[in-house]
Amino acid sequence: MSTSPRPYRLLRNLNAKIASVPMILTALVIFVGGTAWTVFYSFTDSKLLPRLRFVGLDQYERLWSTGRWLTSIENLLIYGVLTLIFSLVIGFLLAVLLDQKIRFEDTFRTIFLYPFALSFIVTGLVWQWILNPEFGVQNVVRSLGFTEFVFDPLYDPDIVIYGVLIAGLWQGTGLIMCLMLAGLRGIDEDIWKAARIDGIPTWKTYIFIIIPMMRPVFVTTLVIIMSGIVKVYDLVVAQTGGGPGNASEVPAKYVYDFMFAAQNLGQGFAASTMMLLSVVIIVVPWAYLEFGGKRRG
Amino acid sequence: MADLTKGPRGAKPRKILSRRNIMLYGILFVISVYYLLPLYVMVVTSLKGMPEIRLGNIFSPPVEITFQPWVKAWAQACTGLNCDGLSRGFWNSVQITVPSVILSIAVAAVNGYALSLWKFRGAETFFAILIVGAFIPYQVMIYPIVIILREIGIYGTLWGLVLVHTIFGMPILTLLFRNYFSSVPEELFKAARVDGAGFWGIFLRIMVPMSLPIFVVALILQVTGIWNDFLFGVIYTRPDTYPMTVQLNNIVNSVQGVKEYNVNMAATLLTGLVPLIIYFISGKLFVRGIAAGAVKG
Repeated sequence: MSTSPRPYRLLRNLNAKIASVPMILTALVIFVGGTAWTVFYSFTDSKLLPRLRFVGLDQYERLWSTGRWLTSIENLLIYGVLTLIFSLVIGFLLAVLLDQKIRFEDTFRTIFLYPFALSFIVTGLVWQWILNPEFGVQNVVRSLGFTEFVFDPLYDPDIVIYGVLIAGLWQGTGLIMCLMLAGLRGIDEDIWKAARIDGIPTWKTYIFIIIPMMRPVFVTTLVIIMSGIVKVYDLVVAQTGGGPGNASEVPAKYVYDFMFAAQNLGQGFAASTMMLLSVVIIVVPWAYLEFGGKRRG
Repeated sequence: MADLTKGPRGAKPRKILSRRNIMLYGILFVISVYYLLPLYVMVVTSLKGMPEIRLGNIFSPPVEITFQPWVKAWAQACTGLNCDGLSRGFWNSVQITVPSVILSIAVAAVNGYALSLWKFRGAETFFAILIVGAFIPYQVMIYPIVIILREIGIYGTLWGLVLVHTIFGMPILTLLFRNYFSSVPEELFKAARVDGAGFWGIFLRIMVPMSLPIFVVALILQVTGIWNDFLFGVIYTRPDTYPMTVQLNNIVNSVQGVKEYNVNMAATLLTGLVPLIIYFISGKLFVRGIAAGAVKG
């Protein structure tokens, strides 16, 4: 150590630095560099290949006047808000049910969580089959005598996104349940005892005591759900292919199609920059709450 | 304290067949049926012949069990011009998953080790960028990566995809390993250093052997995550190296020919089988893995 004067500072702890080279490259080249590159090129009129001919905000103007993009945003909002509400409610209720000191808890948890092990492709294809009007649920109900029964979400442009929602919830609620269950288990047993002594009904204890105490769990879960929503892609590709027409289009699919199929890179870059912006809007307040809050408390 | 309370503690044991319990287990049972239904539908559909599917309902068990759809899905189903079934995608996925898992875990483990025990100036900054980067939608970075891979000359090859998986697995895996190695008692680390062990010596002879559980968690996380990937597979490989999920989607959603629903469901089930088996074998470790990996979305 005594023989390491200033010129060798870079070489100190050299092995750790070598070990961190992949991380440094990923952080700087891919995450920072790649993101900056895409944002930068979203101001050009790149078509088949990226080229540096700047057109200002043209791509964004075109983006926001394209019906397909507006549909995808609308779908993302519907899908997002409903996924958020339903996964939190269902996830929490399932966790509460499993927290009642029941038998076979592991079995039930295994059943509720297994869809999460499956890919969105598999999820989408199974639900495409179940919701198939000719053979699936609609057909089964009709064969029971309700011949007028109509349930074909995947073929009705107005409700197709709800068909995707059903599949998405089936796949994802198990994870939320697990996170919530961990939160419930983290609550001190004495809280329950105190509430019982005070004669507070169980449901009231949950709503007014337990849920406020689980705030950090809810916040983390919220961020997890939301960052998943923005990325939704495979599920739509497998279940509906974006159809009927463009009715179940989502931003991630719009980006992919413009970059790799329509060969309109500029549009793809602009659309993906908008996706980035939406994530920034979600993550920044969370980071502020999470890390700004700690400093205060 | 404990000795004084020899008598029974906690609430009075309830009767097993109380109204509350019947309702509780009833609800849990109904929800379980809902969650299991798609898996059941996949299995029964894949075991029926097409005439039976056209006549019957999707929930009824097969009258005549046939394994023909499985054989066809595995060895004969067509994607484009290739008619050698899903087996091609399966082996591609194996060839993608094995090196990706090994490389991503090796890189992240060494990196997490350096970050927790051999901190150097600036390490935390790069790590922060890495974690924030995990929230950036992939769509923002996919095109710059295409350019980089093309420059290195591995665009469209399995190795390009392996590199991509290593990059995007890095944030969560590094976090996982960093947190784990940080919890190792510092005395152990110091004692090893006094004994003359260096960076790699401590890692290989002390850290790796004592952190096998976290390696298993990382393994589960990566195998299921990479196996289920669709987006990177479709972008960074060519049709003859497509992973299983991409090929599955192409088989089921191809517009040509008569739809063979039983073959489609057999193919879907085959693709879902690998993560399902891992899920059912690994049990609690899987839960730990997803709780850590949930951020990945």
